[in-house]
Amino acid sequence: MSALSELGTLGRKKPPGQKKDNLAAYLFLAPWLLGLFAITIGPMLASLYLAFTDYNLIQAPEWIGLENFTRMLSDERLHNSLRVTFTYVFVSVPLQLTIALLLAVVLDRGVRGMAFYRSIFYLPSLLGSSVAIAVLWRQVFGTEGLFNQALSVIGIEGKGWISDPSTALGTLIVLNVWTFGSPMVIFLAGLRQIPAMYYEAASVDGAGVLRRFFSITLPLLTPIIFFNLVLQIIHAFQSFTQAFVVSGGSGGPSDSTMFFTLYLYDRGFGNFDMGYASAMAWFLLVIIGIFTAANFFASKYWVFYDD
Amino acid sequence: MTTETLRTSVAARRQSGLSWARVRPLVIHIVLAGSALLMLYPVIWMVVSSLRPGNEIFRDPGILVKDLKIENYRVGWNALTEPFTRYLLNSAVVVLGAIVGNLVSCSMAAYAFARLEFTAKKLWFAIMLLSIMLPIHVVIVPQYILFSRAGWINTFLPLIVPKLLATDAFFVFLMVQFIRGIPRELDEAARIDGCGRAGIFLRVILPLMVPALATTAIFTFIWTWNDFFSQLIYLTDPKMYTVPVALRSFVDATTSTSWGSMFAMSVVSLIPIFLAFLLGQRFLIKGIATTGIK
Repeated sequence: MSALSELGTLGRKKPPGQKKDNLAAYLFLAPWLLGLFAITIGPMLASLYLAFTDYNLIQAPEWIGLENFTRMLSDERLHNSLRVTFTYVFVSVPLQLTIALLLAVVLDRGVRGMAFYRSIFYLPSLLGSSVAIAVLWRQVFGTEGLFNQALSVIGIEGKGWISDPSTALGTLIVLNVWTFGSPMVIFLAGLRQIPAMYYEAASVDGAGVLRRFFSITLPLLTPIIFFNLVLQIIHAFQSFTQAFVVSGGSGGPSDSTMFFTLYLYDRGFGNFDMGYASAMAWFLLVIIGIFTAANFFASKYWVFYDD
Repeated sequence: MTTETLRTSVAARRQSGLSWARVRPLVIHIVLAGSALLMLYPVIWMVVSSLRPGNEIFRDPGILVKDLKIENYRVGWNALTEPFTRYLLNSAVVVLGAIVGNLVSCSMAAYAFARLEFTAKKLWFAIMLLSIMLPIHVVIVPQYILFSRAGWINTFLPLIVPKLLATDAFFVFLMVQFIRGIPRELDEAARIDGCGRAGIFLRVILPLMVPALATTAIFTFIWTWNDFFSQLIYLTDPKMYTVPVALRSFVDATTSTSWGSMFAMSVVSLIPIFLAFLLGQRFLIKGIATTGIK
């Protein structure tokens, strides 16, 4: 079904197919191959080289060895941006997936108007990455914002959620959780694959709602949970727009919303410190790679494949 | 909240089986409708606020409009150096270019992966799948240098040319999945009728993969319309600003007193996405369900 499971099956032998058709195939692949080398692999190698240089876009890159990386070791703002990003990923992804799963289960149980609710819940996933919604968020969680107006109705006095360093990141987490619709749609597709007879058999045996959820739904859905987890983690590590707009590009207040990507932008395109930005980009790739690999490794112990 | 419902459902069934069965759908609908309203409330409120005089925005958390004012839209439209029409047109050019690029290049690559046998196919396919997960940050600095050397800064080329080269690989994957579902017998029949590879692609596969092409077009539309990072980097001349970049500079240039016009332009920027959503939900839902792309 997914790109991930597709990767897993690549090693398997296919039945002997038609004979090779190299010329036609490579002609069809030509645009993609050109893009792969000119826009992806080429720049990847270039950024790997730049990571070991000092480069400001005007003078030629100067080879400085590991200096960018040792600088990263002592760069307090970078450490802070890692803390902010990890907090964001570790809090918002589990919350988002839990809500997505619960609503998918409720919607899957033959609720009338399911398609309608699915669309409504999905809509924020399309809007969430836009500047307009970030503008809205600035107001909603501002001092005189909608959220505080709602709180005052029930007699609670609010504060400037976005201007307070202890809560600013929280508002961005809420924004990410708000876009649970797309993993929810993937969960719904997964729930469709579970044979109804499993539930019928369990009902005959007298299993209640919760028992059926934990003994049938959850285990059979683990491949989809795994897939959503990997994708949403990769996605959350790369968040940029919302923090950029909500903080006015500064990652403030007091760097409390300074995502790793925001700091990378600040170094590379704010200060034209291209060597350092490249080193950061590779560091990000390694972090995401480690997380994905760890996920795959851990999946052996909790993901259940029916085949 | 929902586990709570499940738990009470178990408890209730033990006490009085029949009546709960009747109430259950109602409870579920109330919970679902409540959550849906809660989720969309801020967006609805923004639309309403964009039609209110500025001072009311901070006083009224409700969504009833007493006297409708479109003043915010007039002010917002002309608040920046260029009228908003300009930014809408710029975004339209970028979006159209991206859609055409993705449709042509991704469908070609997908046809090769799904139907043709060639040397190192598995290797290329694995690379294509891996490239879906590659963070843009690893390539953005050299890409920027490349495009700035080419003199493409403040043009739409850095935003369109990569699409012509199938760099949005998830669409290649989506189309591969779709083509695999088309019976091979159709290809065979066309071959017997004298079609070559290109003929089969153009006359058999492409017409049959219209749903996958529509999905690609709609996702490309929404993502490109929303895209902020690359447009922010490549477009620095206000004349070339696209909608998100213009909106952002609006936010920075104005104080909180003009929330009304800021909201008005935010609403304008969301309308195309909303329309794409209405027209294309079927394709959007299918698209994420089969590939997991956002």
